[in-house]
Amino acid sequence: MRKVLSIIVIILFGVFLSLLAIDLTFGVPENTGMDDYFIKNGQEQIATNNIVTTVVFDYRGFDTLGESTVLFTAVIGVALIYRDLRKEDVDENE
Amino acid sequence: MRMSKIVRFSADMLFAAIMIFGFYIIMHGHLTPGGGFQGGAVVATGAALVTVAYSYEEVLGMIKKTGLMLQESIGLVMFAGVALIALGLGTTFFFNYLANSGSLFGMSVPYGPNPGELNTGGVLPLMNIAVGIEVWGGLAIVILYMLSGIGKTKEG
Amino acid sequence: MFWNLPYIAVVLLSMIGIATILLKRNLIKIFLGVSILTSAVNLFIIALGYREGGIAPIYTNAVSEKMVMATPQALTLTSIVIGVATSALMLSFAVIIYKTYGTVNVDEIKELKE
Repeated sequence: MRKVLSIIVIILFGVFLSLLAIDLTFGVPENTGMDDYFIKNGQEQIATNNIVTTVVFDYRGFDTLGESTVLFTAVIGVALIYRDLRKEDVDENE
Repeated sequence: MRMSKIVRFSADMLFAAIMIFGFYIIMHGHLTPGGGFQGGAVVATGAALVTVAYSYEEVLGMIKKTGLMLQESIGLVMFAGVALIALGLGTTFFFNYLANSGSLFGMSVPYGPNPGELNTGGVLPLMNIAVGIEVWGGLAIVILYMLSGIGKTKEG
Repeated sequence: MFWNLPYIAVVLLSMIGIATILLKRNLIKIFLGVSILTSAVNLFIIALGYREGGIAPIYTNAVSEKMVMATPQALTLTSIVIGVATSALMLSFAVIIYKTYGTVNVDEIKELKE
């Protein structure tokens, strides 16, 4: 029963996504106003050759601050889980 | 368990090459493709190579875990501090106060395609170094903690 | 049909990822399905920003002046790092479930409630 329901859900998802994929054109993007401004004025306002780095660290720097916090929280979570496991092993052996 | 002598010798030589390549990717983040996150991941691969070549107990004797946690915290504090100094100078948060000025990283760039210079970029190389230090510390901690259960599951 | 090839690859990859999450019984295989779905979304974001005959948006020793869009590449960088954080935490949870219940099979975990 559960397998039949899963296969129906997968086929529905496939039909829905391919209706979306046929409609898009590859190579002609729409709404490029913001990116044209970044490419034209990024070199003289920030004095950098790499436009992708100016978008990551200067025009959208607040998102990079949030992403660093997410990475920091994940590392703290992993360290907490393994510290508890090692204390359990030491207590069982003694 | 230690690996043989050939593996340990080539791991030593490769470790130096990997660290220099990782620092090159971090420092030239504003001229070529790369930057803080990619360079930090490459440098953390060097730590994984040393952990595999030597046995795990020896590496635990060489590197203290509190040093790596301190390094990760210093990276995040430096990233937020460089952005907060711009608030102290009178402008907005995350303003680029070193670009096109005469001090540390502030040379102007001519318009159009050109061979790049290291002295340009403003605040961006400082942020690249801060993020590189944070990602290196974080990924090294994850690798060292996750490999801590290998020897014990064989006995118990 | 060949002018739309990246979008067809995105559809195939997401269907494989969803099929792995719904049909497998081992916990680690379910986590690998989540990782495949993350990769499909990253490919979709980058394929949206392509211009015909453009080069990378970097001015160092550039060959021409027609460049690809720069913002989707910055967003994909953030998404890849978040995928790494998600994978690390999910695998740690798998280790804790194995130590508590003794098995990694989803059907047996639902029955043994301590």
